[in-house]
Amino acid sequence: MNALASLRLLLGYRGREGMVAWAFHRISGVGIFAFVVLHVIDIYLVGGNPAAYDELLAFYASVPGRFLEVVLGAALLYHALNGLRIILIDLWPSMATYHRQLWWASWIIFVAVGVPGMIIILRPLWNPGPGL
Amino acid sequence: MTAQRSVELSARSSARARPSGSRRELLSWYLMRLTGVALFVLALTHFSILHFLFDPAEQTAEFIAEERWNRIFWRAFDWLLLMTVLFHGFVGMRTVLLDNIRSERNRVLIVYLLYGLAALVFILGTQVILTLPVRGQGA
Ligand code: HEM
Repeated sequence: MNALASLRLLLGYRGREGMVAWAFHRISGVGIFAFVVLHVIDIYLVGGNPAAYDELLAFYASVPGRFLEVVLGAALLYHALNGLRIILIDLWPSMATYHRQLWWASWIIFVAVGVPGMIIILRPLWNPGPGL
Repeated sequence: MTAQRSVELSARSSARARPSGSRRELLSWYLMRLTGVALFVLALTHFSILHFLFDPAEQTAEFIAEERWNRIFWRAFDWLLLMTVLFHGFVGMRTVLLDNIRSERNRVLIVYLLYGLAALVFILGTQVILTLPVRGQGA
């Protein structure tokens, strides 16, 4: 509710890309953060309770698990590329001239890296190997 | 419906504007960017190896003990990633929370809970990296 109000406020005085970039960056950052906390706990189980870890891993490797894996990868890739764009513009303000180009370049890289990545992760769906 | 924000945004980069006034806030602003560059390498390498080169189906507890963490290099790499992400993720979450919580009492409480969670993640992650026995051979 408050976040929505913030979004409206932003919509008012900034370009469309700026608003979307900010919202996606925040949402992806919070999402990856949640996974990192879960991931440290699951890896802790490798030492503490390997059987429980293997059970969770079976979910990660399942079909729904793989779709979530793609979402995580997309969030990380978006956040990384947009983060780099932020860093470039913040530390070298003259880069702001190329604001639009940087925005589009980051989406082109997102698709160019993300689509093959998605295919690799989802491959067992149409080509089940010993793992699935 | 005035959304009072605790951080100002830069119109140029559509991210948090470089804070002025507090040295501590300025330092964390720069460190968010420094750790961001480090994570670009560390996190994307980690993800590429474990999701593209290997498949999750093969990464059993046995695999981690026998293969992945049988090399001191990869343990150190993953610990460095953990330290970087701890700083970046928790400082980032602090910004998000302060931005969205209005009540002063809740702010203080929730940020303390966040620091507590950071300490827990630090301890669990560091403990398993340090104590999972190295099986030998490749190390
Ligand atoms: C992969 C390379 C990464 C880069 C280049 C990067 C870059 C950045 C930058 C520059 C910011 C500051 C934005 C601002 O000040 O408004 C930021 C914020 C943030 N990052 Fe990252 N980051 C990366 C990875 C991660 C990871 C792995 C996590 C998960 C723990 C994460 C979580 C966050 C959070 C929660 C924020 C705060 C978002 C906000 O204030 O709206 N980042 N990131």
